[in-house]
Amino acid sequence: MRHFHLYTNCRCKFLLPVIALLAWGTAMAQSPTYKVGRTPTAEELRTWDNLVGPDGKELPVGKGTAQEGAVIFAAKCAVCHGKDGAGGPLSRLVGGVGTLKSGHPIKTAGSNMPYATTLFDFIQRAMPSWPFPKSLTADDVYAVTAFILAKNGIIKDTDVMDKNSLVEVQMPNRHGFYPDPPQYKPDDKDSTWLPLWEHAPGWKPAAK
Amino acid sequence: MNSKMSDRRAFLKRSAALAGLAAFANGKALASVTPGLIKGEATPEEEAAVLKEGVTPDEPTIQDLLYGGRSRYEKTVANPAPGGLGISGTRVLTPLQDSIGIITPASFHYLVQGDKHIPNIDPSKHTLIIHGMVDRPLIFTMEELKRLPSVSRVHFLECTGNSDLRHYKVLLQERKKGRDDITVIQNVHGWTSTSEWTGVPLSLLLKEVGVQKGATWFVAEGGDPQAELHAKSIPLAKGMDDVFVAYGQNGEAIRREQGYPIRLLVPGFQGVCNVKHLHSIKLVDKAYDMQREINAYTNLKPNGMASWYEFQVGPKSVITFPSDAHKLPGTGFYEISGIAWDGRGKVARVEVTVDGGKTWKDANLQQPIFSKAWTRFRFPWNWNGTETVIASRCTDEFGQIQSTILGGAKLWGDDVTPHYTAEEIERWWADENITEFLVNPIQFWTVKTDGSVTDATFSPLYKLPV
Repeated sequence: MRHFHLYTNCRCKFLLPVIALLAWGTAMAQSPTYKVGRTPTAEELRTWDNLVGPDGKELPVGKGTAQEGAVIFAAKCAVCHGKDGAGGPLSRLVGGVGTLKSGHPIKTAGSNMPYATTLFDFIQRAMPSWPFPKSLTADDVYAVTAFILAKNGIIKDTDVMDKNSLVEVQMPNRHGFYPDPPQYKPDDKDSTWLPLWEHAPGWKPAAK
Repeated sequence: MNSKMSDRRAFLKRSAALAGLAAFANGKALASVTPGLIKGEATPEEEAAVLKEGVTPDEPTIQDLLYGGRSRYEKTVANPAPGGLGISGTRVLTPLQDSIGIITPASFHYLVQGDKHIPNIDPSKHTLIIHGMVDRPLIFTMEELKRLPSVSRVHFLECTGNSDLRHYKVLLQERKKGRDDITVIQNVHGWTSTSEWTGVPLSLLLKEVGVQKGATWFVAEGGDPQAELHAKSIPLAKGMDDVFVAYGQNGEAIRREQGYPIRLLVPGFQGVCNVKHLHSIKLVDKAYDMQREINAYTNLKPNGMASWYEFQVGPKSVITFPSDAHKLPGTGFYEISGIAWDGRGKVARVEVTVDGGKTWKDANLQQPIFSKAWTRFRFPWNWNGTETVIASRCTDEFGQIQSTILGGAKLWGDDVTPHYTAEEIERWWADENITEFLVNPIQFWTVKTDGSVTDATFSPLYKLPV
């Protein structure tokens, strides 16, 4: 891209057709070659485009509070996660804050997850477990998410969770991870995505 | 099941079936496959049947031959990890001690599943959708994927937790309970396998959908609702580099437990990236930090901070023969053999020590060497009967060298525990609650005077950074 910038600044007008050709080439590179596959219907996209990222762009319309979530949690979640989400045969959801450096870490939504969206996404896509994933309404998912957040003392029982408020929730372990997301560069052997083991004793840098 | 009883029942069935087969094969095929009776193998009734009908217990039916089968004298099996078939997951490990060459038979491929369920997906109903930050979201049927230009590549897969010191601890606990069938070679290091995988390059599919500016990651999602629709964030640049959507494994369709009908293949990256039963690829502008990525696949350090976005397996090797599954019958010549691999490229060199690390000599590498695949190494050795410690270490084409556990511990604690002593780090590593992923320690074996082989991980012999 830098080259484009230089050329347009140096008033080399004769290069413009070349640039236009390059731009056309780029556009061509983006058009399909094999024309195999079909366009999904709106319904198919809606069904499958439900991953929710940290920005919350995909969060559905709806809302819920911890008080509403308590009823749903007792009926559909407590059997595996315990009455208050702090026990039960499967993953613990509540507590554990401060244990991550103890040698006996307890990873829960409260102690470990950096974003409330991670919790929402998992409940929406995968909970309750088979055969009931995706059986909750959007309001239900907001309410159960709010219940778990409130049990962890992160929000109040009466706080309304919706697509705006959920992304504003500050999780206790938001800054518990490092490094920041690296950019993967397959042709740059020194880029930071490479894992830390490269700094092991005995490691020698790649030949240039 | 008593295997002899089982063989005899099968024999009786076969005798009956062979009456039909003989007619079908006109007698000729039968004559060519009739082996001699092995003394002591058959009961008097069976021998009588052989004399009467001209068949032996080893004669196959046509059905036996349709998918083949191994000799009944071969007993090697993949081994379930302790507690590996429970509510929290399914874990079955590759028998490295019996591995031959570089290809893992699909039946021996390791398996790590988030729960006990393995789906049976009808390929005629399965589709792959590619969407998100693209110009033209598309849905592909399995038939359509197989119409597209394909590649076949030999690559290893490896569970993020392979060789984790927690496995040594579990193994010691299980041995105390009386289990003598678990070994370090299989249960600590067997969370890896190598196959020839066949499929469509992801870069080709991404060109068909037209990736939009600003997309930097993609999230691959599995289509098995019982496996919690596993989703994994992967850098887009890796996707454009060498990732492919695989439908073939070692010359046949991918096995059901390996992701039938399609899985993602992310060469050199930790196993969890290779999403099974792949159903959706969504182009996004950042890592999406899905539940399993955050809770199970971040690397917690002693100060409570966890590293994330670690993908690539380091240079690694292990001697598979002799290992703690074997006992040498006596002194003399043995070919030491093992596997080496690297998540970044090709294995360039494997050195072997037969004197506890005092001297290292180059092993022979099996050709051709594939990038991001097991490489078989071989080393001639004459054992004189004295106790000794043997090990291998791998150097990759970039000059990176496999380290010892101690070196690795220093590495993993590096940023956060400069004050830790080696002993503290070892204790900390042995804590089953601490996760240490993508580890690649040198595995030392002690060969004892009686020919038995034991794990020397906690032997003082090697405790110097290499």
